[in-house]
Amino acid sequence: MAIPIDPITSPKLGFEVLTPDEVRRIHEATLEVVETVGVRFPSERALDVWAAHGATVDRATQVVKAPRGLVIEALAHAPASYVLGARDPSQDLPLDGQHVYAGTDGCGIEIIDIETGELRRSRLQDVADIARIADAMDEVGFIWTPLSAQDMPPESRSLHELRVQWANTTKHIQTETVVTIPEALAAVEMATIVAGSEEVRRARPPLSIMQCTTSPLGHDGGSLDASMIAAEAGIPTGFMTMSSCAFSGPATVAGTLVVGNAEVITGLALMELVAPGAPVFYAAAQTAMDLRSGAYTGGGPEDFLFGAATNALADFYRVPLSMGSFATGAKLPDWQAGVENSLSTFMASIVTSDMLLGMGLLNGSRIWSYAQLMFDAEIYSIVRKTLKGIDVSDEALAMDAIREVGPNGDFLALKHTRTHMRRLWQSRYMDRRMYGIWETAPDRAPDWALARAREILKTHEPDPLDPGVAAALEAVVARVERAAAAAAASDGRS
Amino acid sequence: MHEELLAAMRASIVDGDQDAAAETARQAVAEGMDPLVAIDDGYVSGLSHVGACFSAGDMFLPDMMLAARAMKAAMAVLEPELAARSAQRRVRGRVVIGTVKGDIHEIGKNLVGMMLSASGFEVHDLGVDVPVDRFIEAAREHRADIVGVSALLTTTMTGQRAVVEGLAAAGLRPGVKVIVGGAPVTRAWAAEIGADGYSEDAMGAVALATRLMDGADAPASVG
Repeated sequence: MAIPIDPITSPKLGFEVLTPDEVRRIHEATLEVVETVGVRFPSERALDVWAAHGATVDRATQVVKAPRGLVIEALAHAPASYVLGARDPSQDLPLDGQHVYAGTDGCGIEIIDIETGELRRSRLQDVADIARIADAMDEVGFIWTPLSAQDMPPESRSLHELRVQWANTTKHIQTETVVTIPEALAAVEMATIVAGSEEVRRARPPLSIMQCTTSPLGHDGGSLDASMIAAEAGIPTGFMTMSSCAFSGPATVAGTLVVGNAEVITGLALMELVAPGAPVFYAAAQTAMDLRSGAYTGGGPEDFLFGAATNALADFYRVPLSMGSFATGAKLPDWQAGVENSLSTFMASIVTSDMLLGMGLLNGSRIWSYAQLMFDAEIYSIVRKTLKGIDVSDEALAMDAIREVGPNGDFLALKHTRTHMRRLWQSRYMDRRMYGIWETAPDRAPDWALARAREILKTHEPDPLDPGVAAALEAVVARVERAAAAAAASDGRS
Repeated sequence: MHEELLAAMRASIVDGDQDAAAETARQAVAEGMDPLVAIDDGYVSGLSHVGACFSAGDMFLPDMMLAARAMKAAMAVLEPELAARSAQRRVRGRVVIGTVKGDIHEIGKNLVGMMLSASGFEVHDLGVDVPVDRFIEAAREHRADIVGVSALLTTTMTGQRAVVEGLAAAGLRPGVKVIVGGAPVTRAWAAEIGADGYSEDAMGAVALATRLMDGADAPASVG
């Protein structure tokens, strides 16, 4: 049976990280960049589309300079709200500006093995296991392809990942690993099979696809070609900037917002030029580089500001946002991971970012940890509770209870207490034991988290995929593999 | 008597000032200063200072990059002078670098190339989306000591293995060392594909290349 998702809904708390005037300044600067500096679109088809709509296209450099009117008009076609479908309709996610759904993180390359604790390369079975565990967690709204199935051939890897995720969860799947035309065509076909019909695939798409931009001010060719196919099929399509202060973006937060914004809105505008009205989303995971190594840090005050500010931009363009939070650079589920993931998630959530990416990865989205997945879910539950704010209704003011107890008594054995106490937040992984017990106990929070992950993996049975559907999905993947093998053979001959 | 000019050369590197670096180099040529003295006692000395500050945490990667660019500007002026005098700057090693076939990411690779070059390596950058054959050809052509192979994607990093194998098939291994880098690259991966090393950042790549060259100077072990 599907476990109901319990998302952050209509947060009572809120705040403004950028004034409307400041958002407009970033918007205007972005349009100037798009118009005068341009953005690189290394795809013949994308360049053709831009040229046909009157943008200035340099075929040699593949740089597009688009007039502001063209970009704004194209973006106006993007729907402000739509539904991410799930295999189980009760788990559909309306992107309506009232919810914050969290997904798993992606796309890592190594995993801390759930049984041995050994760090090893990720494989297909890990993708399946993670989907199965996340299926049982009410904090997880959707599954983002968490790890690369490196035991599968590169040309069909992303499709195997989709196949096993659909087999192990009834929730919506979002992926970033579909980056070629054959993969995109196959992914659309698989989404149709899961949905049951093209009509349902368009109304409640069980798959959304995110593409990474190539900062600064560029896109990836394969990603562009794949995204246009997805957009035409009504598969929600997003572009993620990971522009990094002082590295792939200017050293300032505002400058990096401009660079990333130029990448994302031109990507989304292209989708609307190709398929007007296509569901699209803004995606971002900007950071400040580590000044010593140049590495992506994934946590720090700049990240937290990006988390809130990007939603202000997405709101300005009236498109949903998929925001990178939980992006810790920590190597273990530790102090650093706790601080970074709590603050990034709080900041992205208090402004009602529609989707959060994602739980479970360490080391800047490279290493999967089941303990971290559980801790991230706990962070989400803390934020979810905090954002509900304070109820000051008559019942919550508790005047009767106060009168009943009066000075010097206690509120332990009161009906009012019994009625309300379960609404107080309960921890799974904070160590709230007495000191004397803690001192002698051998177990710590990561042990509890791992134990829960193991228990879910052993006992949770997601609603199975219809065998006919599963077979049809496998057939699509097999066909892609045969085509790739044939192409490789003919390459070898030539 | 050149002390003042040498100090200005060092300062141009520490300040990361390309124009000043080129200008002091032109001045050196005009004054007839030995270009090797200008390089070693002027610019490289400045670069060492930047390196020391970096190690101490007082300077950062952008400082290093600016210093490297200034160094390049000075070298562009001094190289014709070196050639005219038939003098040669001591090269620490010859490196061919590139991003593997199917991958167009280059910031990391460029950074490594810049730092290697500033540190006295002769760097031949093949760019992005580089086929295996091109790596082999360039390794032969430039008599490379080291081939550096970059990949950002899990789907393209297998290309790093292809380069190691290709160089071996061409009979260039183990004389030519292979170093790998890029976001998905780990120590385990480097070991698995038989690369001679990997680094997670540009400074580490310089240290690695230096180590490999030092090793290359040592007498080859038997068997």
